[in-house]
Amino acid sequence: MTVTDPRPKVLAGWGRTSPTRALVERPETVEDICRLLKTPRQRVIARGLGRSYGDAAQCAGGTVVDTTGLASIGPIDARSGTIEVGGGASLSDVLRRTLLAGWFVRAVPGTSQVTIGGAIAADVHGKNHHGDGAFCSHVSTMTLATPTGPRVVGPGQDSALFWATAGGMGLTGIVTTATLELLRVETPWMLVDTERFGALDDLMDAMAGSDEAYRYSVAWLDLLAPGAKLGRSVLTRGDHAPCDALPSTLRAGRAGGRPSRTLRVPTLAGYGRLAPQVVRAFNATRYRRAPRCEVGALEPWPAFFHPLDRLGNWNLLYGRRGFVQYQFVVGPSEAEVVHQAVAMTSAYRVPCFLAVLKRMGGSDPGPLSFPMSGWTLALDFPIGPPGLPALLDRLDELVAAAGGRVYLAKDSRLRPDLVPIMYPRLGELSDVRDDVDPDRVLRSDLSRRLGLDG
Amino acid sequence: MAVQDAFANPQTTVVLGGTSEIAGAILDGLVAGRCRRVVLAGRDPAVLNVQAARLLAAGADVVETLPFSASDLDGAEGVVDQAFAAAGGQVDLVLVAIGTLGDQTVDETDPARVTEMITTNFTWPAAALARAAVRLRGAGQGRIVVLSSVAGVRVRRSNFVYGSAKAGLDGFAQGLAEALRGSGVHVHIVRLGFVRTKMTRDLSPAPFAVDAADAARMVVDGVRRNVQIIWVPPILGPLVTAARHLPRALWRRVR
Repeated sequence: MTVTDPRPKVLAGWGRTSPTRALVERPETVEDICRLLKTPRQRVIARGLGRSYGDAAQCAGGTVVDTTGLASIGPIDARSGTIEVGGGASLSDVLRRTLLAGWFVRAVPGTSQVTIGGAIAADVHGKNHHGDGAFCSHVSTMTLATPTGPRVVGPGQDSALFWATAGGMGLTGIVTTATLELLRVETPWMLVDTERFGALDDLMDAMAGSDEAYRYSVAWLDLLAPGAKLGRSVLTRGDHAPCDALPSTLRAGRAGGRPSRTLRVPTLAGYGRLAPQVVRAFNATRYRRAPRCEVGALEPWPAFFHPLDRLGNWNLLYGRRGFVQYQFVVGPSEAEVVHQAVAMTSAYRVPCFLAVLKRMGGSDPGPLSFPMSGWTLALDFPIGPPGLPALLDRLDELVAAAGGRVYLAKDSRLRPDLVPIMYPRLGELSDVRDDVDPDRVLRSDLSRRLGLDG
Repeated sequence: MAVQDAFANPQTTVVLGGTSEIAGAILDGLVAGRCRRVVLAGRDPAVLNVQAARLLAAGADVVETLPFSASDLDGAEGVVDQAFAAAGGQVDLVLVAIGTLGDQTVDETDPARVTEMITTNFTWPAAALARAAVRLRGAGQGRIVVLSSVAGVRVRRSNFVYGSAKAGLDGFAQGLAEALRGSGVHVHIVRLGFVRTKMTRDLSPAPFAVDAADAARMVVDGVRRNVQIIWVPPILGPLVTAARHLPRALWRRVR
């Protein structure tokens, strides 16, 4: 038995709100996980690198399975363009390995500090969702440890369980291994076009008009800008750079890229917090420094995909009380909701430190998978302003009324009765769980808070 | 079955002392948030039912009532367990709002009434706190809100029976808060000044008196901000803290 002694630990999500206590086990083999799920327990949930913003990977009074011991990164099958990896392998490690052989993961979220299991459980999406879909669309098969035993699933094999696991927030089992389909890339560099917009309308027109010409596209919005400048934005779009786009000095360069040095926020900073004025000034600089229009700039891939990863624990900047990230998606014809959301953050006098807008393509078949065709807006708010809870409740209603939904991997405060409206196929998750986990051993603070365990 | 959210909103609340007007006002605030299930344990079933009907009308899904007497010393553990059972096993917030002002002039010379006052205001609530802490510690999360009083911070001649009992409860709750550090459970001690309620209607209001609704807002806000000692109103914090250090000769003159 390689399972280390379980330790009680207070765990919180990346947003550092609502910490709760659980026993943490760190199994290192698939057998250990299966054994662990078989012994009767109150409740169990898997946790990878703890990047869910809310309470998805915590389990008050129960057991949290730290999956980072299952970090194998298998050889790449060059013929099929796939790689088999452990559920606890970090995306960062996987990417560095695949890039050495000239491959890239087909859907990469805004941080590489997530495990593959976590990426599947949240069915994460990246800047290429409008064309390439979410993470699980590129998983060809995976092994799932469930309370009723291990299961091998894929889109064509036990597909109900596979798709319920895609975005299923870990409630159907623990991913032990997964086979990912990869993308051939010639270089680790990105070719990036940048445009700046003074008004949200112009930005959204540009995205709707020409996103299809790019593999990757995302817009950063300044929601702290005063008055008419509210919603000014920087749109970056690009693709992997082909070899001949590089100057000869770079061509022979390091393929995987040396892991760039990670800076850390001093722990003491976690007691203070960034003042909105500081962020406002930072945002203004960021906007002004962005080129009005630039084409074909070369950028290393980590800077393009994961700029925040440079700062290891940036979540501390939001202070002791933490922050909420609110992300919703609405259909392509509901652009008005995006406008309203932006106007409301200002009207409720709630400072939004970071806002990211993206167009999404079609959804995959997962009943709880978040992405769907349309617009998705992600907003970071520090906890504190009195108007924040009411603002988010109001946004929920707008989003639900428009047929949209909020992202459960980021949720920490949704009103439970809105879940079945936003995710009308919730019942399919229950059906699958009746099969693999009839006693509902797999539960999290999120699933209990939102009443997903029926 | 639920847990609290990022804004410390409970979904399930147990109130010990459910007939209290301040508790009722706090519950109004919680039900306006995410609280949908409430267990009201208290002395007078008729008052509990009125309180329950109001909370149901305000949007609570389930309100259970549980009559008990805080004079029954052996009952505390059983009442807490029954309340947790009535809540469905999972409780996010336990509000301890038990207390009676008594009648100082009569109480102070009657040993039986002193015992009764200390039991109701300190012994029983402390026993209940001990049990609630065990239950919440096992659950790995939750909050305990104890209604204490500024009368217990420095006990005065004019209400020392009540004040000394509250001093005991306040000290117990402070120790409990320390004991629960790192357990996922938070303790909030509410040091109430003069609150205009039926309990105080025969008294002339002290300075900085507030209504029950105002007091409740301050409590809910303090819980949300994770404040351990919540002064109601906040100005009493520095004032009472200073008063603790007054020489006795001066303190005696404070009415």
